[in-house]
Amino acid sequence: MMTELKIAFLPLTDAAVLVAAQERGFAEEEGLRLDLIRTTSWATLRDRLVYGQVHGAQMLAPLAVAVTLGLSQQPAAIAAPYKLGVNGNMLVMASDFAKALEPDVAARLADPLGTAHDFAAAIGLWRRKPIIGVVHRFSSHSLMLRYWLASAGVDPDKDVVLRVLPPSLTVEAMRAGEIDGFIAGEPWGSAAVEAGLAETVAIGERIWRRGVEKVLAFRESWLEENPETVDRLLRALARAAAWCDDPAHHGTLADLLADPRYVDQPAELIGRALSGQIVARAGEAPIANPDFMLFSREATSFPWRSQALWIYSQLVRWGMVEHDAVTVAKAGGVFRPDVYRRALADSDVPMPGASMKLEGAMDLPLAVGSRRGELTLGPDRFFDGRVFDPEKIEEFLASFVPAR
Amino acid sequence: MRIVIIDDSGLRATVLEEGLREAGYDDIHIVPPRGAFVARLERMAPDVVLMDLGSPSRDTLEEMLIVSRALAKPIAMFVDQSDDSMIGAAIDAGVSAYVVDGLRKERVRPVLELAVRRFNAFAKIQGELDEARTALSDRKIIDRAKSILMNQRSLSEQDAYALLRSSAMNQGKKIVEVAQALITASDLLGGGL
Repeated sequence: MMTELKIAFLPLTDAAVLVAAQERGFAEEEGLRLDLIRTTSWATLRDRLVYGQVHGAQMLAPLAVAVTLGLSQQPAAIAAPYKLGVNGNMLVMASDFAKALEPDVAARLADPLGTAHDFAAAIGLWRRKPIIGVVHRFSSHSLMLRYWLASAGVDPDKDVVLRVLPPSLTVEAMRAGEIDGFIAGEPWGSAAVEAGLAETVAIGERIWRRGVEKVLAFRESWLEENPETVDRLLRALARAAAWCDDPAHHGTLADLLADPRYVDQPAELIGRALSGQIVARAGEAPIANPDFMLFSREATSFPWRSQALWIYSQLVRWGMVEHDAVTVAKAGGVFRPDVYRRALADSDVPMPGASMKLEGAMDLPLAVGSRRGELTLGPDRFFDGRVFDPEKIEEFLASFVPAR
Repeated sequence: MRIVIIDDSGLRATVLEEGLREAGYDDIHIVPPRGAFVARLERMAPDVVLMDLGSPSRDTLEEMLIVSRALAKPIAMFVDQSDDSMIGAAIDAGVSAYVVDGLRKERVRPVLELAVRRFNAFAKIQGELDEARTALSDRKIIDRAKSILMNQRSLSEQDAYALLRSSAMNQGKKIVEVAQALITASDLLGGGL
């Protein structure tokens, strides 16, 4: 007897694990049939999840925190027991704008700090206050862009205009001149580059080397009432994620995602993020970024509470939420490592011993305490060298000058 | 009460506007979600905004509702979270509504109910149109298959149809499927019309 689960997603390369789970039989092995429901906007995805039209959703991690805290609607408790990927975003800007930046694109991407300062200077040279598309106020992209701009003294609320639009509309908005650039999940940045409309200016993975991205989100009540189904789904996803990470499968995976039911973009464009071969300017040779988008290795899918708290710290920093002890607990509680451990207890997925860690403290891959198997975590530095200690949020917030 | 309908497809907006006017609301504006629609909306200062739940412009609109000073405090989706049946009906009908904070629930509820009814009616009309369109193209496919049979096997039109129908019954398929297979085969064999 198959259990059918409705899961909402947006047309993005990092829907890969969900698509592979359904299309490659990993869900079926667990007695599940995934009805993947393509959605255009994050607002619609959120409503479908919150009001019970779907069981689960591929959600921006910061949106899961924001919905729980009720930052833009009535609060609704969301639980995220599994991360669908890390990294995978890039910032692209109109080619004319990018002329004010380092012309060698490989050097530009390798030096996010220098590029942030060049970007700050380029703002004044542009014909208007630059309008940068972001996919949502509560997106990893928006928080990362703000973090990056602010490092060069740019006030993201005053010196640029951040315009919200869903990822699949970004390329058309560039073409129409409504925006001067955008930061979005793949393949949309690559699509704009390929169309000759834009150049890559920064890569998410170079800003935060292991940046939290999409999560699998449930209503907390549904997750609590259906532990057995949740566990089966997580086991299916863990196997699908390992399949997605394997370079031997990237071609097949890109073809799967190119289907009109999923991302509906050319497989070649989708393949760039999977293989980390990023074309930063149309017609130029790809630049290798092997960690551009991860699904499985290094316990990528583990929902570190410290990452939910990093998101929270940024929401506080930008005045989107007031800092207090109750809110910290609620925000941290959105990520559910306890459910992850329960579901994957008997699998061969390496299991971290802790549920929180310092974020941004590792320069090199590091073997860490693990309940099972070998677990090596990848370097997770922020480009500015800051370290986030989830036990010391106030200190971390005070380190941003001027404080907001 | 000022109501703004954000809609790209003229027909649905008209269906909704008509209903609202019949119910006695007269301050109604339709804004297509293009270009600087957010700025336009901001100047209008609506009390209620209605739009298609699946509209890709909702993220843009919600951002405006959060940062806008022109409107009162944003504006939760729907009137009241506790009103589950209303919300369920709205979601199923594909209606999303944004309501200025402070507007009384009793005033908003009839608007929302009307929007749900009209969205459902619109979906029904759309469904019927699609069905009619499909029926029309099915008819064309069957006609073409019939004329192939009439030409190649010298059958009358009636006999050609009877043959298609009995083949379909024998194979447990729809007539149009058999007709399509026949056309494809005929095209492949170079005998198409």
